[in-house]
Amino acid sequence: MVKRFGGFTAVNNVSFQVDQGEILGLIGPNGSGKSTIFNMLSGTLAPTSGSIMFSGHEIAGLAPHRIINSGIGRTFQIPRPFRRLSIFENVALAGFYGQGRHSRAKAEEAAERSLAMVGLPTDRHASVDGLGAAGLKKLELAKALATAPKLLLADESLGGLDEAEMDQAADMLRNIRDELGITIIWVEHIMGVLMRVVDRVMVLDHGEKISEGLPSAVAGDPRVIEVYLGTDAETTQAAAAEARRRAGG
Amino acid sequence: MTGQGRLAAWGVGLAALVALPFVYRDPYHLHILVLILIWSFAYTSWSMMGRFGLVSLGHGGFMGIGAYVTALLWNHAGLSPWIGIPISMAAAGALALIVGYPCFRFRITGHYFVLVTLALSGIVLQVITATRDYTGGSLGYTPNRASGNKLLALQFDDKTTWYLIALGVWLFGIVVWHWVDRSMARYALEAISEDEDAAAAAGVDVTAEKLKITLLSALMTALAGAIYCQYQMFITPDTVSGIAVSLQMVFAAIVGGLFVSLGPTVGAIITILLAETLRIGFGTKAVGWDNLVYGVLLVLFIIFLPKGILGSLLDRLKLQRKVPRAHEQKAVQVARPGT
Repeated sequence: MVKRFGGFTAVNNVSFQVDQGEILGLIGPNGSGKSTIFNMLSGTLAPTSGSIMFSGHEIAGLAPHRIINSGIGRTFQIPRPFRRLSIFENVALAGFYGQGRHSRAKAEEAAERSLAMVGLPTDRHASVDGLGAAGLKKLELAKALATAPKLLLADESLGGLDEAEMDQAADMLRNIRDELGITIIWVEHIMGVLMRVVDRVMVLDHGEKISEGLPSAVAGDPRVIEVYLGTDAETTQAAAAEARRRAGG
Repeated sequence: MTGQGRLAAWGVGLAALVALPFVYRDPYHLHILVLILIWSFAYTSWSMMGRFGLVSLGHGGFMGIGAYVTALLWNHAGLSPWIGIPISMAAAGALALIVGYPCFRFRITGHYFVLVTLALSGIVLQVITATRDYTGGSLGYTPNRASGNKLLALQFDDKTTWYLIALGVWLFGIVVWHWVDRSMARYALEAISEDEDAAAAAGVDVTAEKLKITLLSALMTALAGAIYCQYQMFITPDTVSGIAVSLQMVFAAIVGGLFVSLGPTVGAIITILLAETLRIGFGTKAVGWDNLVYGVLLVLFIIFLPKGILGSLLDRLKLQRKVPRAHEQKAVQVARPGT
């Protein structure tokens, strides 16, 4: 797919696919086009050209709520909770409207399941204002899960979290895949945690795909190291070491 | 108050309201009550949208359409208000969709939405004034007196009948308010009012949800206009349409309380009593004073009591029992920085 903003090409002929049940990591430095791809997948932006097929249907250019209803859930990089609603109502809303507005009871059931999955209280009146950065990320995830997605688009900048919270967030994504069988595309600009969890990684730079493959292979790719050197070199090397260690053992 | 206690209180209150005209027959006071009930219904209709941040200054237009279309159909086509009122409501609803769809589709929100609706109010007023050959222009318009069946013409001479009709319409408005309040649509609209993208990411069809509540609000407002016309048997562009009427709706809903079902009713009691006091106390010397007082009060309320009289009162009562809804607290903080 291609996305141009005026004369600027944010995403240039990037093509990829993700298999059912897979966790695909999408990484790249700031401005590499990750978010643009993410926004095209979730319907916030329409591609300038190209196509996006999901379960055999073309979804490029569909309105965001239609994409959600076709079985794709998304989170926001900066959590966007509805502060006028309680935690439970936030998730029940997604359960109701994200699943074709069937029944309120079903939506509330979905909300309870999703909240339990991410480890948030299922109390109906708990206020969003009581949540910290990690809690808000969990809420984002619970909202996305309540829409019963087959594919989860996780815009998981873990920048605001400490290391334990990062690990917890990464494990949660893996659990979601393992237990619910949900395919995940995980967008991130820090490589470390991501490499541990994903099955496959795609690296972007200046709107182009520069590398794709197993985490161990990608982390050793000279082009990737070059892109990350100077910006995030230590993390990259740490990730590469980690991936090699895992591949070896 | 528990759910049952609340229901019992509503039951007792309603029984008293229904019984009132049979015990107390002072026509002037009943007249004031009918006006309060009809305007309460109009303000409640406005607040259905207003509470979700959809501030419309176009509701004077919907009310004017309700009143004038009903009266014109009766005088010119001989159509009974029983048919005329649904037609007028449909007309107002169609206009609401025509104006609302492009606004919502192209994300015209906040101040820009207010300006679009302000224009709508002005246009309806201008159309009524300009077509004076049919509508009587700014001199006003009177539905023809029914020669035959009063019920068919929806014209009644006694205040008791009108009081009961107005009470029924008002109660209908309150019931619809609660119905929306308890629906999933309320969650969606609260979400939309905060963050449209995030609401869409939860699967909400933002445009459709906004259109639905706008349509409902416009239909109810048109009904209020039609009932007002049938009761007063005299309408002018300034009393049922235009920007002044729209502003009065905003004022009353905010003063009474936007987030509670009886808030607009409290607002109506205050506005009507204020207008009547000024009229009786100062007569023609005070023409237009009520608008001045509205303006001053509106400023004071937005600064010092943004949740309105009833909203603040209820908050104070339930402070120990339940934390008030967070967003309303936010509204207070926004309006009063530094507290």
